[in-house]
Amino acid sequence: MELSFFSSILFATVVAGTPLIIVALGELVTEKSGVLNLGAEGIMSVGAVAAFATAHHTGSPTLGILAGMGAGMLMSLLFGISALTLMANQVASGLALSIFGVGLSAFIGKPYESIALASVTPIRIPLLSKIPLLGPSLFEQQGLVYFSWALIAAVAWFLYRSRAGLVLRAVGESPVAAHSIGYGVVRIRYQAVLFGGAMAGIGGAFLSVFYTPMWVEGMVAGRGWIALSLVVFATWRPMRVMIGAYLFGGCMITQMFVQGSGARISIPAQFLSSLPYVATILVLVLISRNRSTIRINSPASLGQPFLPDA
Amino acid sequence: MPTPSPDTPRLAIRGIRKVYPSVIANDGIDLVVMPGEIHAVLGENGAGKSTLMKVIYGVIRPDEGEILWEGERVTVPNPAQARALGIGMVFQHFSLFETLTVVQNVALSIPGKLDLAALSKRIEEVSERYGLPVDPRRMVHALSVGERQRVEIIRCLLQNPRLLILDEPTSVLTPQAVRKLFETLRQLAAEGVSILYISHKLDEIQELCHKATVLRGGKVTGTCTPSQETPQTMARLMIGVDLPACCHGEAEGGGEVRLRIQGLSHVTDDPFGTNLKDIHLEVRSGEILGIAGVSGNGQQELLRAISGEEPLTQKQAIELCGLPVGHLNPARRRGLGMCFVPEERLGRGAVPRLSLTENILLTAYRKGMLFAGLIRFGVAKRFAEECIKRFDVKCGGAHSEAKSLSGGNLQKFIVGREIMQEPRLLVLAQPTWGVDVGASSFIRQSVLDLRNSGSAVLVISEELEELFEICDRIQVIAKGTLSPSKLTADTNVEEIGMWMSGLWPGAKTEGASHVA
Repeated sequence: MELSFFSSILFATVVAGTPLIIVALGELVTEKSGVLNLGAEGIMSVGAVAAFATAHHTGSPTLGILAGMGAGMLMSLLFGISALTLMANQVASGLALSIFGVGLSAFIGKPYESIALASVTPIRIPLLSKIPLLGPSLFEQQGLVYFSWALIAAVAWFLYRSRAGLVLRAVGESPVAAHSIGYGVVRIRYQAVLFGGAMAGIGGAFLSVFYTPMWVEGMVAGRGWIALSLVVFATWRPMRVMIGAYLFGGCMITQMFVQGSGARISIPAQFLSSLPYVATILVLVLISRNRSTIRINSPASLGQPFLPDA
Repeated sequence: MPTPSPDTPRLAIRGIRKVYPSVIANDGIDLVVMPGEIHAVLGENGAGKSTLMKVIYGVIRPDEGEILWEGERVTVPNPAQARALGIGMVFQHFSLFETLTVVQNVALSIPGKLDLAALSKRIEEVSERYGLPVDPRRMVHALSVGERQRVEIIRCLLQNPRLLILDEPTSVLTPQAVRKLFETLRQLAAEGVSILYISHKLDEIQELCHKATVLRGGKVTGTCTPSQETPQTMARLMIGVDLPACCHGEAEGGGEVRLRIQGLSHVTDDPFGTNLKDIHLEVRSGEILGIAGVSGNGQQELLRAISGEEPLTQKQAIELCGLPVGHLNPARRRGLGMCFVPEERLGRGAVPRLSLTENILLTAYRKGMLFAGLIRFGVAKRFAEECIKRFDVKCGGAHSEAKSLSGGNLQKFIVGREIMQEPRLLVLAQPTWGVDVGASSFIRQSVLDLRNSGSAVLVISEELEELFEICDRIQVIAKGTLSPSKLTADTNVEEIGMWMSGLWPGAKTEGASHVA
């Protein structure tokens, strides 16, 4: 169907923001438990290639997503063993995982280069997709887009309304106190890390199966890092993660439109390309510059290993 | 409350032993607590009290020994199991989560469905019944220390415990709040709850407890009935020797003003901090001024302003020996003759991984330890050795790492380092916090000797007894404002305790202070 200029920008923005939302929400849950997993980029890459290979061999995008999720959980399990069980430095473990994951995905993906998957038909939501202007761009999307919206609500509910979320936040704030009232800190942190890995894997799968249905080495292209910084700039709040992700996606798409439109503007292309990063950081810094907001929402034990004293 | 038989001990432990790589924390400890009994566990820091309580509460697993709960042998593998048995514990360092509300904190230790509205109601009921007022909807970081303790106690009470463990519960309370706490505890005991009361404060134990078990060096050195003992006899059980008395001596008084703070107001950028409002004080040579107050009422901020860690825009607000220093950094203020002993020994008072000699260099380098930009390690080492000798610091030598020293010895070393620089003004924050009785009285005596030699001393402390023991004058800090000064001889613990709630004559009473 023919989309207006506005609708197509909106459509593309939502698509570009979706993997960021999924990955960032996973990382948000991980960090709320006090664990800093910098491996998102690597996990996404492995998730992407696993999903692509599976979808290619089975012909099923759904199995592809599941494979991406599984691969992401395996990768994050690796991180968990190193950072939680062996108590290695979390920053170093995460960085290593990123580098390892990017390399591993290139290795696995070699035979799949220059193969394209059939694009998946979007899911059209009855009635809603008929809304003028917004309908076609918001409600004729891939299933994972709707999933990302549900995920925002689910993560927000989990963190602020459920008992398990309360425990998770408590562990992230003071693992020693949580341990002393009888919670299994390491077990809870493992669950959070695995959830983060699963989401990063799905984010990667979205890129290789839906966004651009092919495998290219390095196709994650820094989105893992963007997702990580979104979490921090959003001060660990799910709604702000969404704002940040769409803002970033929107700026990215807009500047690509501008560059692609061939309009004669005397702004260097590099400057335009940097705009999404600058704009996202600026806006998120502005909405979250209140120090007590940061202090109340940031997990106090972030990045510190926990060693029970018995 | 169900009890099998009134003669069965609620809790009996036998031969508990816990060994850490460097120390035997508990060495064959026996203890018996009857239903409805308030039982004191008395001992100095490092005597093994906290370890023992953690064993009972299931936080730590003992290497040997057995626990009998109401006559039956049990193992307590974790705190959840302890709570299921009916054991509740109020920790010395609170185990609350600052960014959660009171009711959320309580919910974390109550099993079952998360129903915050119903739980809030139960909290209000319990707080009414035991006289522990607290608002369940408030965030914990906004609560005073006294309120936090009430939350901890309420959290335990909601589980209907039959044994309540309190670890040094009064170290953060005003005298009035201590009295209220005792009332609550007596009420609980009358209802049949057993209480294990950990403390090193002898007068409190005499007032409150039915029985006492005294620990020293991980072993039981005696059991007694506190009401039939004197503080001296209990102290002898606790430290093994008689307490040395401090010799105070007359204050010279009337010396020159060494530190003057005039109209100091400061807005902190820490969202959980306290703003300072119009602070006035003066310390003269040859006198000790004490600042009392419940922690969290602006002590941190005042200290940072005096030490120079938080430089001020009002340069005249702080005068050191007549010079305005409000804008100077800590090094320049030290250069003018101010020395400073911060509250945290490891991290601010000393660098944990550096040797004692290197730690000497950090503040005493002006004492001839530098030559043409190079360090004269020989001078520093001699200084460290003298400090170790003069202040009786027990350690492996000047080359030992700071973190290898016990709290009391490290504190003696840090205080010694500053005193040996012959400061014109010495500022001490919580000089004997977590330091055992012997080392405390040594440190207090050293500070008195320094005053007698003509230095000005400012002590900020939460321990009222300490302030009354060494200070010539006392002021009180509450909610970021400072009370007028009182000669120690003209006041008493009652009055200062009142003032700690912000209620001194002429105080602007806008709401209660951070006290309870």
